[in-house]
Amino acid sequence: MTTLSNSAAIVGIGATEFSKESGRSELQLSVEATRAALKDAGLTPADVDGLTTFTMDTSSEIALARELGLGDLRFFSRINYGGGAACATVQQAAMAVATGVADVVVAYRGFNERSGQRFGQVQPWAAQQVNTNGIDNSWTYPLGLSTPAATVAMQARRYMHDYGVTSADFGAVAVADRRHAATNPAAFFYQKPITLEDHQASRMIADPLHLLDCCQESDGAVAIVVTSPERARDLPNPPVSIAAAAQGSATDQYVMTSYYRDEIGIPEMGVVAKDLWRQSGLTPADIDTAVLYDHFTPYVLMQLEELGFCGRGEAKDFVRDGAIELGGRLPINTHGGQLGEAYLHGMNGIAEGVRQVRGTSVNQVAGAARVLVTAGTGVPTSGLVLTSS
Amino acid sequence: MSGPVRPVIGLDNAYFFEGTAKQELRIQSCNACGTLRHPPGPACLACDAYDRGHVVASGEGTVYSFTVVHAPKLPGKELPLVVALLDLPEGVRLVAEVTGVPPEGEDALKIDERLVVDWNVIDEELTLPIWRRP
Repeated sequence: MTTLSNSAAIVGIGATEFSKESGRSELQLSVEATRAALKDAGLTPADVDGLTTFTMDTSSEIALARELGLGDLRFFSRINYGGGAACATVQQAAMAVATGVADVVVAYRGFNERSGQRFGQVQPWAAQQVNTNGIDNSWTYPLGLSTPAATVAMQARRYMHDYGVTSADFGAVAVADRRHAATNPAAFFYQKPITLEDHQASRMIADPLHLLDCCQESDGAVAIVVTSPERARDLPNPPVSIAAAAQGSATDQYVMTSYYRDEIGIPEMGVVAKDLWRQSGLTPADIDTAVLYDHFTPYVLMQLEELGFCGRGEAKDFVRDGAIELGGRLPINTHGGQLGEAYLHGMNGIAEGVRQVRGTSVNQVAGAARVLVTAGTGVPTSGLVLTSS
Repeated sequence: MSGPVRPVIGLDNAYFFEGTAKQELRIQSCNACGTLRHPPGPACLACDAYDRGHVVASGEGTVYSFTVVHAPKLPGKELPLVVALLDLPEGVRLVAEVTGVPPEGEDALKIDERLVVDWNVIDEELTLPIWRRP
């Protein structure tokens, strides 16, 4: 049987600038990011025969293909569940390459999420969909539980109650992200670090979540190029091997409102973790740095537990004293994360994972050879382990 | 349209909103084995039967968690808004809008507090449950 581990490699990454108003169409952003990624890979549009993106993306694979002047496409696919799709797009690309379905696959995501449709606002259409998601939302939206922040706040309050976690513990994530963004010229919050006092003083959005617990809203696009290890050897960048790529959904799963389990939380990330460690043969102790999806800070703590970096309820201790900052035992989100760099539905985090393995991050972790990247939480999700070959 | 975001009604949730219109808090029950379920679905998770009815809940619940929404604006709601997860004595959990509790301070809502259901009549077509302190 073919195994996925190390059967495909990331050879190119590209992005637009990250802004609050791009002034271009979402399709143009994705075209720009894909051209940049192909250039980085040393490839041309003529080499691409596969495309994959999020179900939520507004630019179809064929529209992107037309704009890039692509020829025949042999593989195209989409992944559902918002930011949970991020690492799964790379998994799709890797599976297509590993099985010979396609030779070069680009995973892309582009949006005007700040100047266009803002995901942080109430989206009445989500409650009015005539499908199972619409029915699921009938239990929440009419009652006023209808924004991502509020749905996470409900989980966060119980997590604090069960494990003695405080808002300041969540703040450690925000401080780390913003410290890393402060030295990343591509970050929206370049040169703008925050203190824990800033976090605590920021206004309440959905109690217990303060403004600085919530990611930015951003315009931009990111593209990732995947091909075979054999082809990667002849390309200019040191290949970044996909040592593991996994998706996960757990029992009684909902989109952002998996509230009906005996113990709420994000067990779907535990499903992803189990498979990442199985595929890669690695353990949390082997990971040099991680990019943990940070739309809201509480889920970063809960991910550390689900991924096995610490036990249940112990993340509040794990993140203390700069442990997740540069120089700490597990630096996370060295690009600044989605709180600091930009909210690109997790795709900018995959690009940072690639830079860490290449050794080209602006906040490089010395000798980083094994990097974990996760996708959106509170939804069916995904993850990657990236390694030097 | 003013007022809150309206639910999509389909075959799997109609009984609930038909109940709220009569000021009944309904929980799906399996006619074959009696197992209760919320949120509902077409099949019984205990016995696989496709034979659904409902029971009317006692109208009490215990706070499992809650949030106080301060931003952004919500259609048809005044901020800050308290929303809770309630464990019902019948053994199911549901999302609940809460009224009559301050958003912060000593008298703010607490986990394990007991609430009782009341009714928020939006218009002729829609009535929603709303929960208060007893």
